[in-house]
Amino acid sequence: MAANSHGKTNGSTRWVGTRPVRPDGVDKVTGRARFGADVHLPNMLVGKVLRSPHAHARIHSIDTSAALALPGVKTVVTRDDFNDLPSEFVPAGEMLINYRDVVRNVMAREKALFEGHPVAAVAAVSEKVAREALARIKVDYEVLPHVLDVVEAMAPEAPLLHEDLITAGVEPAPTTPSNVAKVVEFKLGDVEAGFAEADIVIEREFSTQPVHQGYIEPHACIANYSEDGQAELWCTTQGHFVVRGHCAKLLGMDVSKLRVTASEIGGGFGGKTVVYLEPVALMLSRKSGQPVKMTMSREEVFQASGPAAGTRVWAKVGMTNAGRITAGEAVLKYQAGAFQGSPVQPGCMCAFAPYDLAHVKVVGYDVVVNRPKVAAYRAPGAPQSEFAVESIIDELAKRIGMDPVELRLKNAAKEGTKAAYGPTFGPVGLVETLEEAKAHDHYRTPLKPGQGRGVASGFWFNIGGETCATLNLGEDGTIALVAGTPDIGGSRASLCLQAAETLGVDVERIRPLIGDTSTLGYTFLTGGSRTAFASGMAVIEAARDMIRQLCERAAKIWDIPVDAVEWIDGEARPAGSNAGEFEPLSLADLARLAGKSGGPFVGRAQINAQGAGPSFGTHIVDVDVDRETGRVTIERYTVIQDAGKAVHPSYVEGQLQGGAVQGIGWALNEEYIYDDKGRLQNPGFLDYRIPVCSDVPMIDTVIVEVPNPTHPYGVRGVGETPIVPPMAAIANAVEGALGLRFTDLPMSPPRVLKALGDARVPKAA
Amino acid sequence: MATDPSASIALRVNGKDVEGRAEARTLLVDFLRDTLRLTGTHIGCDTSQCGACVVHLDGVAVKSCTVLAVQAAGREVRTIEGLADADGSLHPMQEAFRQHHGLQCGFCTPGMVMTAIELAQSAEPLTPEHVREGLEGNICRCTGYHNIVQAVLAGAAAMRQ
Repeated sequence: MAANSHGKTNGSTRWVGTRPVRPDGVDKVTGRARFGADVHLPNMLVGKVLRSPHAHARIHSIDTSAALALPGVKTVVTRDDFNDLPSEFVPAGEMLINYRDVVRNVMAREKALFEGHPVAAVAAVSEKVAREALARIKVDYEVLPHVLDVVEAMAPEAPLLHEDLITAGVEPAPTTPSNVAKVVEFKLGDVEAGFAEADIVIEREFSTQPVHQGYIEPHACIANYSEDGQAELWCTTQGHFVVRGHCAKLLGMDVSKLRVTASEIGGGFGGKTVVYLEPVALMLSRKSGQPVKMTMSREEVFQASGPAAGTRVWAKVGMTNAGRITAGEAVLKYQAGAFQGSPVQPGCMCAFAPYDLAHVKVVGYDVVVNRPKVAAYRAPGAPQSEFAVESIIDELAKRIGMDPVELRLKNAAKEGTKAAYGPTFGPVGLVETLEEAKAHDHYRTPLKPGQGRGVASGFWFNIGGETCATLNLGEDGTIALVAGTPDIGGSRASLCLQAAETLGVDVERIRPLIGDTSTLGYTFLTGGSRTAFASGMAVIEAARDMIRQLCERAAKIWDIPVDAVEWIDGEARPAGSNAGEFEPLSLADLARLAGKSGGPFVGRAQINAQGAGPSFGTHIVDVDVDRETGRVTIERYTVIQDAGKAVHPSYVEGQLQGGAVQGIGWALNEEYIYDDKGRLQNPGFLDYRIPVCSDVPMIDTVIVEVPNPTHPYGVRGVGETPIVPPMAAIANAVEGALGLRFTDLPMSPPRVLKALGDARVPKAA
Repeated sequence: MATDPSASIALRVNGKDVEGRAEARTLLVDFLRDTLRLTGTHIGCDTSQCGACVVHLDGVAVKSCTVLAVQAAGREVRTIEGLADADGSLHPMQEAFRQHHGLQCGFCTPGMVMTAIELAQSAEPLTPEHVREGLEGNICRCTGYHNIVQAVLAGAAAMRQ
């Protein structure tokens, strides 16, 4: 049994939950897949960006005459080419951006605010000529004092990045500018009363470093602006509709005149939700009258594209001797980079979300510093705050001798829990992940001598949003599925399965593609773990739309009322014997008869998907610490997460494994190192060390399925949550191995060695 | 512009004789991508860490960003585009990556597959430890390597048959 006439399942599914081979597999193993930099156009120029060598400098003048005089240089773009834009906040993934800032991030105006900040760009006949041209541009900088650290940036005497930045969220509004863009506060109950009930209170201060998403494909795009004011843009992005909106705004174009096509995307993790090169390439193409291709080097990616926020977090948790958590409080200070808009708000909202607490207070500060503007990175804001809380939870469990999974179970958020950030949870699966952890072979296997084991849980909201999808039925009964969310982790497979399930046809008959911005209605970007959920809902809706048309057509052919037709297992059937005796008409039959019987079939949906299901996970990790080198080795790792429903379990497992390994990098090695002039010292994969194959073990996964009631098949979305627990889980494991608690990330060999050395040296008398 | 600093080079790529112009400074990866338009070989870094550009040069896996195009003159290059048979059937390692979900975004995949083929030929039998060490020069940010290791083991086994 697959679907009735409404395309709803009666429990069991035929396609959702199966593991067919991926639809994009052949293109990706043969080199056929075309990524951002893989397109060549006739007469194409190469665009390159001149970047500020200073972390903070006033730009007095930019002289491009010598560059323009170089043979082969077609045009130069600076701040003078972009109109200033008023302050206006718009969503960018799970974060907000302000157009006044976007235009400045794309091309510096009054000041360069971080090393790598674009100052000018050239288009030339070759990369070599473009580089020579960049060297000929003279910029008159007045170098200013800079600030990198979030706490230092909050000090009254700190160098100001924006002379007009007045802190929002404070009453009365400050009268003088500062680097604090915003203060947010979330409160539930009365924390003072909650701490008064506690027998044990632990408070700690934590820090995390900025870490880069580390997608292997650098940013790349090709812009082609035509004489009639229309333009095409090909780029690697998580959201081409969002890119269209931003670029049109920055170039003063109608969105209908800009057609953006998303290339295959070589990883994003949130980092490809904003624009960097795209408006510049369009401007270079507009001015030169030729197509312009731009690619970032890896160095540029590190210097100038958004990392996750570096943070300082103070957290305090109170508990009774019986293991009941009575209150949680935290203060979060997040680096936004050069422009406001760190993910401190979601950080605040997620901090205590895994727990059913009566008293919570979280205050967050969004602080600008002379670093690249942060961008979303998998569950933006959550890993930093939950690292702090999950570390303290572990310490509390040890204090009363309770198993840390047991302590979490005792206090876990569940259906009916009112979260400190407002909503009351519907069905959620944290308890189920904890029960799975407790029962898992990993958790029950004794540790080897010297090893430590840690657990931690994590939470992410998941989101929905504006989404369109189209199903075009071909004359042979096969289907082209058009979605607007770039496929970053296998969503095409998931969407095909959901369409096949609803239509009751073989998944092999559905060919997915990502439509460009002119072929489909506005669709928000791939991010927030929304694609399998929201594009899934749109595809299901489009399939139901097609089923309605198919049933109407069958009714017409049979000359019976439409409500006497039902859609079962991919064919129209008379609904019961009263409807008449007719041979069923399959999808292929109706497709073949389409022209003669009334025209083609196109299923459409345009929705604003609501009711995304929050996602919880619990991780278990065993570590071994080399006491000679300080190296932490991950010996065993298990991810347990509630997927709601795993549409294609292999892809879900892939998300859990990939997120966990990114978290391992965040915990153990990854950090930005700056010199005293604010220049990044490790803008490459040699010195910014992301995990390689030999650094990690196999990552075991357990998928828990507590269905999301608002999605027909129960889907929640899975991509974000797996990066939340690793940092605390690993810190808890290292504490287990060494008896030393690390509150500052990364737990890199030098830091571990230092901590071991400090622990050996007796405190001075 | 002044004199053209490029020179013609001839080499064999994916079983075919090809000729193209390259400057002395041109990297093999840029020659493959920009001159021959073989864009399956990818560029992910500037410092020879990521491995997205691995090709076979006279049967040996090399990062094509560490080889000058002129160094490949007169030699045999095989890229990801040249692995499948003329009849379209995939190389066993390509098939293994596809079957075992040894990829998510697919950007590192060509380099992974090229490295894995050499790895499969170099050690017998291939163990998970060999695979993990052998792939140290190929970075993947999506998969956590789990399915890549599975794919390489399966691909190596299929290659031996």
